[in-house]
Amino acid sequence: MALTVSREFTDPSAAELLPTVRQMCDDLLAPRAAAAEEAGEFPREVFRTLGAAGLLSLPFPEEHGGGGLPLHDYLQVIEELASAWASVGLGVSVHTLACFPLAIFGSAEQQQRWLPAMLGGELLGAYCLSEADAGSDAAALTTRAERTQGGYRVSGVKSWISHGGVADFYVAMVRTSDDGPKGISCLLLDADSPGLSARPPERKLGFSASPTAQMVFDDVPADGDRLIGQEGSGFGIALAALDGGRLGMAACAVGIAQAALDLAVRYAHERHQFGRAIADFQGLSFLLADMATQVAAARALYLTAARKRDRGEPFGVEAAMAKLFATDMAMRVTTDAVQVLGGAGYVKDYPAERYFREAKALQIVEGTNQIQRVVIGRGLRPS
Amino acid sequence: MRGLRRDRCPLPGPVTGLTVPLSDLEMIGSNRSGRLTGESVTDPSWDQQNTDGPAIARALRLVPGGAFAVVRIVVCVKQVPDSWAEKKLNPADNTLDRDAADAVVNELDEFAVEEALQIQERLGGPDDCQVTVLTVGPEKAIESVRKGLQMGAGDGVHVVDDAIHGSDALATSAILAAAIERLAPDLVLMGSESTDARMSVVPAMVAERTGRPQLTFAGKVDIADGTVTVQRVTDYGYDVVEAPLPALVSVVEKINEPRYPSFKGIMAAKKKPVETLTLADLGVEPAVVGLSGSWSAVQEFAARPPRAAGTVVTDEGDGGTKAADFLSAQKFI
Repeated sequence: MALTVSREFTDPSAAELLPTVRQMCDDLLAPRAAAAEEAGEFPREVFRTLGAAGLLSLPFPEEHGGGGLPLHDYLQVIEELASAWASVGLGVSVHTLACFPLAIFGSAEQQQRWLPAMLGGELLGAYCLSEADAGSDAAALTTRAERTQGGYRVSGVKSWISHGGVADFYVAMVRTSDDGPKGISCLLLDADSPGLSARPPERKLGFSASPTAQMVFDDVPADGDRLIGQEGSGFGIALAALDGGRLGMAACAVGIAQAALDLAVRYAHERHQFGRAIADFQGLSFLLADMATQVAAARALYLTAARKRDRGEPFGVEAAMAKLFATDMAMRVTTDAVQVLGGAGYVKDYPAERYFREAKALQIVEGTNQIQRVVIGRGLRPS
Repeated sequence: MRGLRRDRCPLPGPVTGLTVPLSDLEMIGSNRSGRLTGESVTDPSWDQQNTDGPAIARALRLVPGGAFAVVRIVVCVKQVPDSWAEKKLNPADNTLDRDAADAVVNELDEFAVEEALQIQERLGGPDDCQVTVLTVGPEKAIESVRKGLQMGAGDGVHVVDDAIHGSDALATSAILAAAIERLAPDLVLMGSESTDARMSVVPAMVAERTGRPQLTFAGKVDIADGTVTVQRVTDYGYDVVEAPLPALVSVVEKINEPRYPSFKGIMAAKKKPVETLTLADLGVEPAVVGLSGSWSAVQEFAARPPRAAGTVVTDEGDGGTKAADFLSAQKFI
């Protein structure tokens, strides 16, 4: 079901891209989502099609093959994709997260060497930060990169890796010294690096079509030029990447919530009880009104944060606010959408229960919503 | 699938396929005759090209070895109401109400654009094969040209003129033919029908008017050594049909998977040239097109009646027989 959201873009080119994005949503994503989620099948070919259309590189500079779009416009494309199929919107955001360290912190030489292929649409990336004992406390990570002649050898296990096992490249935060957050470095590794392997995908509540797996680094060799930024700067790179990634999650959350709202509104006008459409009962129409208002508010919040980033201003606090508000909003709105559909909302014949399961994940990923509050709280200082 | 190879068909003239004999076309809306000979087109190049013009053009582009220097393809596209939307007619003049639904590129025409681009890629790229998108339609129809350019075509031609409004298939084919004569491409590609009118006659009419062999319902197209070869999809499989260029090919949806415009393609399309032509530019007399010039006219129309209740057949052990009887009575089996 196509979104009917009226959109404003910073770059007029994005407005011209929108019809193609919506056509892809209608033809390519929405019709396949339910079956692929049920079967747990990762739609690799869908990402190739998106890549061929340039949708895997929208926010990156044109000189490296990117689309050169502001974050503000790119995120609205993510929202549209997520409304049709959340695993795809999430996947594009994860790919962007994985390209971000090289695009921002890589040397010109590194960027020329790898970025065009990473942005070319054929490759898909993954971002490896979390470990079993280093989740919210990411700086406690223990995956080690021992220095060798000319490079590193990496050993450890990374957890909760989206696209784990299906990605073509992995950007990994690894420990190069015991100096806490300052002992973390960022490496860019090919999927076929010797010793790099994925454990079987996690069995999840939702997002079943988007594989999440542990990645095992068993003495994986990495040349020295695989280091992005300086040794010891990895944690800062990771956090900077997450600021943008959190807006991606906010956009996904708004997309899922919009899809749930559209479904609930349609159902409430089709479903008749006591001789009239249930949408005509005030109790239900107020529920729909609250849902619509929350979706609109969350969209405004993430777009405000994005515009701040596009102006070059610090936006970490605003990104955390947007991620917190949008994903909590999506949880409430999808819960209410299930309620509007009643029994039909609880069965798998309608997507309401899938939206509900997907919303839950977004309150957890890329910093739990408790961590978002920590980030926001730290930003509150007397002026 | 059973393949059937046909010997090279005698040329010039229609090769095969949806051949609508001239005499039938003349009977569509009127008993006037002589409308299909090109007399309505006054472009001075018409007569020459309509006789041996294509052969001369072909010879001029021949290079040693017999290959074409540059293969030029024109793809005809039509803007239609969204295929899934309810279509409406305008009660004032019984023509299509173009504001009643979103406008999109006729689906089959996107397959034709894609095929042109694939041929271009096979022939070595834009330097070896030029792809032009052609449409006839109101101002808004330029969007359909733009879509073709976004997909990768090099330039566009938009024939727009108030006098065109209400043109039927025959009148439209006269305009398209005049534009094609002007562009003189080696190959014309079209979708085999539009989702609004669904007459599926325009390819045949344009081929007839331009003196090109028509190769219809193509499921595969190859160009080599000045010859176009297609697999013509039939009820039982396909026929292989070939003709020398210049020729006209209409395609079916099995031929390929149209690409989505890429973001770069969308950006690039903004800078691609689109030539706007009027009837006067093409030397087409306004009197032979539009509502008044059309040979067919919609006298009246009525909304489709609401769907009647279906027949419920209770399965009492003989459900299969009853279903078969129903299908048999409807001549489905």
